[in-house]
Amino acid sequence: MSESMSVHPEVVTTHDVHHDEHGGGHHKETFISKYIFSMDHKTIGKQFLITGIIWAIVGGLFSVLFRLQLGYPDQSFPILETFFGHWAKGGQIQPEFYYALVTMHGTVLVFFVLTAGLSGTFANILIPLQIGARDMASPMLNMLSYWFFFLASVIMMSSLFIQTGPAAGGWTIYPPLSALGQASQGSKLGMDLWLVSMAMFIVSSLLGGLNYISTILNMRTKGMSMTRMPLTIWAMFFTAVLGVLSFPVLLSGAILLLFDRNLGTSFFLSDIVVNGEVLPNEGGSAILFQHLFWFLGHPEVYIILLPAMGMVSEIMSVNSRKPIFGYMAMLGSLFAIAILAFLVWAHHMFVTGLNPFLGSIFVLLTLLIAVPSAIKVFNWLTTLWRGNIRFTPAMLFAIGFVSLFISGGLTGIFLGNSTIDIHLHDTMFVVAHFHIVMGVASFFGMFAGVYHWFPKMFGRYLNSTLGYIHFWVTMVGAYLIFWPMHYEGLAGMPRRYLDKSGWVSFNQFGDLDKMITVVSIIVFAVQLMFVFNFFYSIFKGRKVTTQNPWGANTLEWTTPIRPGHGNWVGEIPEVHRWPYDYGKDGRDFIPQTEPIGANESKH
Amino acid sequence: MQTVFIVAILALGFLVTFQIAKASEYVAILRGEERSRKQTNKINGFLLLVFLIAGLIGVYYCNEQLKGKILGAPASDHGVLVDRMLYITLALTFIVFVITQVALFWFSYKYQESDTRKAFYYPHNNKLEVIWTVIPAITLTVLVGFGIFYWFKITGEAPKDAMQVEVVGSQFKWEYRYPGADKVFGKKYFKEISDAKNNPLGQLWDDPANHDDIYVSGEPMHLVVNKPVKLIIGAKDVIHDVGLAHFRMKMDAVPGTPTTMWFTPTKTTADMKKETKNPDFVYEISCDQMCGKGHWSMRGEIVVETQEEFDAWLAKKDPQYAKVAPAKKMEPAKDSATAPGILKDSVIAQVIK
Repeated sequence: MSESMSVHPEVVTTHDVHHDEHGGGHHKETFISKYIFSMDHKTIGKQFLITGIIWAIVGGLFSVLFRLQLGYPDQSFPILETFFGHWAKGGQIQPEFYYALVTMHGTVLVFFVLTAGLSGTFANILIPLQIGARDMASPMLNMLSYWFFFLASVIMMSSLFIQTGPAAGGWTIYPPLSALGQASQGSKLGMDLWLVSMAMFIVSSLLGGLNYISTILNMRTKGMSMTRMPLTIWAMFFTAVLGVLSFPVLLSGAILLLFDRNLGTSFFLSDIVVNGEVLPNEGGSAILFQHLFWFLGHPEVYIILLPAMGMVSEIMSVNSRKPIFGYMAMLGSLFAIAILAFLVWAHHMFVTGLNPFLGSIFVLLTLLIAVPSAIKVFNWLTTLWRGNIRFTPAMLFAIGFVSLFISGGLTGIFLGNSTIDIHLHDTMFVVAHFHIVMGVASFFGMFAGVYHWFPKMFGRYLNSTLGYIHFWVTMVGAYLIFWPMHYEGLAGMPRRYLDKSGWVSFNQFGDLDKMITVVSIIVFAVQLMFVFNFFYSIFKGRKVTTQNPWGANTLEWTTPIRPGHGNWVGEIPEVHRWPYDYGKDGRDFIPQTEPIGANESKH
Repeated sequence: MQTVFIVAILALGFLVTFQIAKASEYVAILRGEERSRKQTNKINGFLLLVFLIAGLIGVYYCNEQLKGKILGAPASDHGVLVDRMLYITLALTFIVFVITQVALFWFSYKYQESDTRKAFYYPHNNKLEVIWTVIPAITLTVLVGFGIFYWFKITGEAPKDAMQVEVVGSQFKWEYRYPGADKVFGKKYFKEISDAKNNPLGQLWDDPANHDDIYVSGEPMHLVVNKPVKLIIGAKDVIHDVGLAHFRMKMDAVPGTPTTMWFTPTKTTADMKKETKNPDFVYEISCDQMCGKGHWSMRGEIVVETQEEFDAWLAKKDPQYAKVAPAKKMEPAKDSATAPGILKDSVIAQVIK
């Protein structure tokens, strides 16, 4: 077992006692106000997490289905026809079904899992707890943020069940394909539902983001200056800023696209003849949409990645029993990444006919991001150096995150360079790159966070043996799936090809595709095991008996084991130091709440 | 039945794993949690080292298995530049990859928890930060410098003597147009596009430059070896992409916004058949931009040949104009090239019924 036990003998008041004690005048909680329309940031965070888990299962299952097609394009799976009817006629995934699957896989995982499920969960749970606030600046808006997300989820989910199927134009929904029902089944009702759902999602994201920002800026406890905040909070802060500034641009794109689809406008449409039918639209620009999309789309990558980086920094420091190396450099690099995130969007558009001079500017700015990323990696490495490392499941996932971030970050240097991008653009290389650096790495950050803060969320531990199995299978599996995939891309194999047997140039990877499919099924099964561990441990996991099981400095571990609404019984603790005094002056750790001693050395 | 069997096995394996996991929790408590935690720590530390070594071997093995399957030498002048940039980047990033991954897993293994060591309180070192800011910055400057230099070479103006071919994508096929003897493409307007009127590209017949334009579909595009070619790329319905893996070129085909790219093919199809030892070799055009349900099968072919072969091939083609104006089936190429004005009125009279 990885958890350090019975180190701290103090026993803490259980949560049922203190409701009457804090703040005073709290109305009596019913089941509905406590678990459903709750305004407690911790409950809202759990709601985001559990909704995210459900979506992750759906999105992951989709990938297993289309991997079946990719690995075994000639084989038929009668069971698929049983479940999906004419979408999998004769047990074979039909092209329209395939494209619906990849589109929804991307949409669901990028937005619903790694945006809402990741920063929705941890920003909600950690911000008030780590800065020392009783709740968010506006608990009401916070609750609405979840329910708008829920509404978006319901709409998106319903689009899976309509006759013409969900959106199928890729998660980037480029018009004209996404604008013309004649061009694709998935561009009929499914696309409208996609756009409406995303509009709801953006509302949710904005309500959440504004709340996170104002909470961090205004509600820090006494002594918690900005530079005494844990890096998790800094990461959540920049994430929220990115979201607030970029999501509205996607909203505008989505609304204009809705107009083009339903009201006969021509924002993105021009000179189109589809299936022999001449459309009247003239003067629009299909490329304009791509600018609007990627102005969100690129910061979105960092919206997904930054919270993972923040949590990894925190978890790595705690479990190395050593301060995070270069706190100010970590903070500066987060800031630099947040700024640059807005200035690189057109690197997704090098081969759209973009002016080459403009392209060269975006090459420069894109490769610049590698500098703060390198700083972060070196700082993590130095944090491990001469530490005294405990391999909790959370720590293993944090180490795995760094490994994946290095691997995926380095391939970004290929793609950010427009010269190489000409060859690699829209090939499997891109798929391998962003799945490693943004998909799997962020998932690792999320898993690290779940394993680390599960005791705080539910007062119980996750089973760590299952955690170790989960980590090792996922880590090995992720590399087995995505590392060789780069080679397919180097051969020029385009992404979103469901059967390569008709091609002379791309048909040489049949065995590789089979291997990838088998591994991805195994990895998916292990994720289900994690989900089982998660729900089982909520009710039956080993109970947490000490207030601070990891020996961490941050404020959330000064709350009761199962904190109620309001988090602290009595006064909110005052903060006297930064959160990374581990191993200082021969002491294992010094919590933030401890005043600076007279003889304490300076750092 | 088979499926049920597989599901049953999976469920059983799952159950066994779970029981072991639960049991190990109890065993840990019985044996003393601190002791068993330390033992687990050692195992995981060791596994991290194993992962590093196995991983590096795996990287090598993967490369050995697959390096023969990625495309061989590039078949265009620009392709040479792209590949050179790729290999420069590969060399630099691979060094960084090995150093950082070794450091990550080695440090994890070496500094795993031990009773005999205390963590070293080391919060920051500005010199180190400067070093690992400046070195990546310089390295990246080199990469950016090479990259932009090649990029401008590739995307710069096509040579004046380049031949031109128009490529038009639509769900899910490619069509081509050659400008004919006048070397000028006639004007088009999308509302004229009509298969019924034999006008698949929407050419305007009152533009005499159109009269010798040769429309090609249902067969490969033909190019001349060692002669620069400028592709003028368009789309009728949704965004497509002209992907030429062997030439290392790619450009979107956007409805309403024509794009261009140019390159010089340096190897004929026959050369490539020899070089790849594959008698079935063809240059392929892949659609690289998601364009609907047939995206994966939107395939075109290119034949690269000598000038003589090309001329012979082109000579057999009639301009599309000949099909819409059978009466005028004379030498439209010469006419329009020498006396564009004269033909105009009569043609319009013919075309507009």
